[in-house]
Amino acid sequence: MKRRDFLKNSIMVIAGASVPLSALQMVDPKEILAQNPDIHWAFLIDTHTCVGCGFCVKACKIENDVPLEANVSRTWVERYVFTKDDRRYIDSPNAALHGYTDPRIDQGIAGMVDIDPENVGKAFFVPKLCNQCLTPPCTQVCPVGATYKTDDGVVLVDKKWCIGCGYCVMACPYAARFFHPVTHVPDKCTFCYHRIHQGLETACVNACPFEARKLCNIRDVNDPVTRIIMTDRVGILKDEFGTRPQAFYIGLATEVR
Amino acid sequence: MKNHVWRPLFVVIAIVAGILTFRFFYVPNDFGSGKYGFMYSYHRASNVGEWKAIEPKYRDTGRQHLHEYCLDCHAGTISIRSEDMHGMISCENCHGPALDHPNEPQKLLIDRSRDLCLRCHTHLPYTTSERKRIPGINPQEHNPGMSCVDCHDPHNPRLEDM
Repeated sequence: MKRRDFLKNSIMVIAGASVPLSALQMVDPKEILAQNPDIHWAFLIDTHTCVGCGFCVKACKIENDVPLEANVSRTWVERYVFTKDDRRYIDSPNAALHGYTDPRIDQGIAGMVDIDPENVGKAFFVPKLCNQCLTPPCTQVCPVGATYKTDDGVVLVDKKWCIGCGYCVMACPYAARFFHPVTHVPDKCTFCYHRIHQGLETACVNACPFEARKLCNIRDVNDPVTRIIMTDRVGILKDEFGTRPQAFYIGLATEVR
Repeated sequence: MKNHVWRPLFVVIAIVAGILTFRFFYVPNDFGSGKYGFMYSYHRASNVGEWKAIEPKYRDTGRQHLHEYCLDCHAGTISIRSEDMHGMISCENCHGPALDHPNEPQKLLIDRSRDLCLRCHTHLPYTTSERKRIPGINPQEHNPGMSCVDCHDPHNPRLEDM
């Protein structure tokens, strides 16, 4: 044996022996993921199927102890009516808690506006909730670290630690936060965090008879709702703010902000 | 350095030390940044558990298994029309959240009000919305003052079966 071959062979033997047995094991990525599930919650809203019944708002308020009579809500439904003579009406009376049972549009101090049924050109309903932004402005501004983004992508409020300054309420471009009339700290949609972590749907998803609202784990490509977000044409609200919302809308109109 | 410099300096050092000591005892130990860093997720770690510990009030197990929770016991006494009719509405939308039923409350408060039906069945002239597919009435003209459930069966709303 030549010296060159001897050196070559011995290096190969040493290299081979130094490979640990575990490195040769075949790893199934699915098994690894099941042990440490990579979860990032996202929401899909289909504005085509919403009929404005408001069951989602009712269920949300009861589930999350938001007083029914108070004019604040974690989620709400907006009505958009565009007339043929190009006037645009938007309202959401009492966050649509009781649905839309009146064809007149609630214009606040201007009163109720009657619209001629013949004149209605386009009308639709848009459910809204916290967008659980990827770069949430509300958590950036908190001076005490009382609101934060969890590792699975939900923005929560630490009610005990909050000092009630209201900075986050002002920072949210979507008006998703409000002062809770009982606890006197900001409250917001949590994607029903107490439900989704144990495999339940959010209260609003369960309450919606028309499946206009859907929750998904956007990291799970086998989730049918995630597939819709990945393959269908979905929109987000106020993209220009750079908040990277995690609530996606099918059939989003430019008038909806 | 002179005395008049040292004395106020000592006061400042004492105040800073006092604030740091207070902070050490006051701020919980589990305060820290999560996956999204200091800017977005600086928080008290145990608060996540506090949110998770809240008991759900609505017991439905999800859109895929609608009515599952209720039908465990009530399947014998109630039959609901298929998914194209009221079968797609969760029981708890009308019967109220189940909470710990049947232990507490023993009886659920059923919402039989006209307003509940009108959420969907008020006629609105919106031809571009899915609302057009739902039979709608004018609440001022269609038997005002009466309860819907006096004539209509919410579990089988077909007009032919009335």
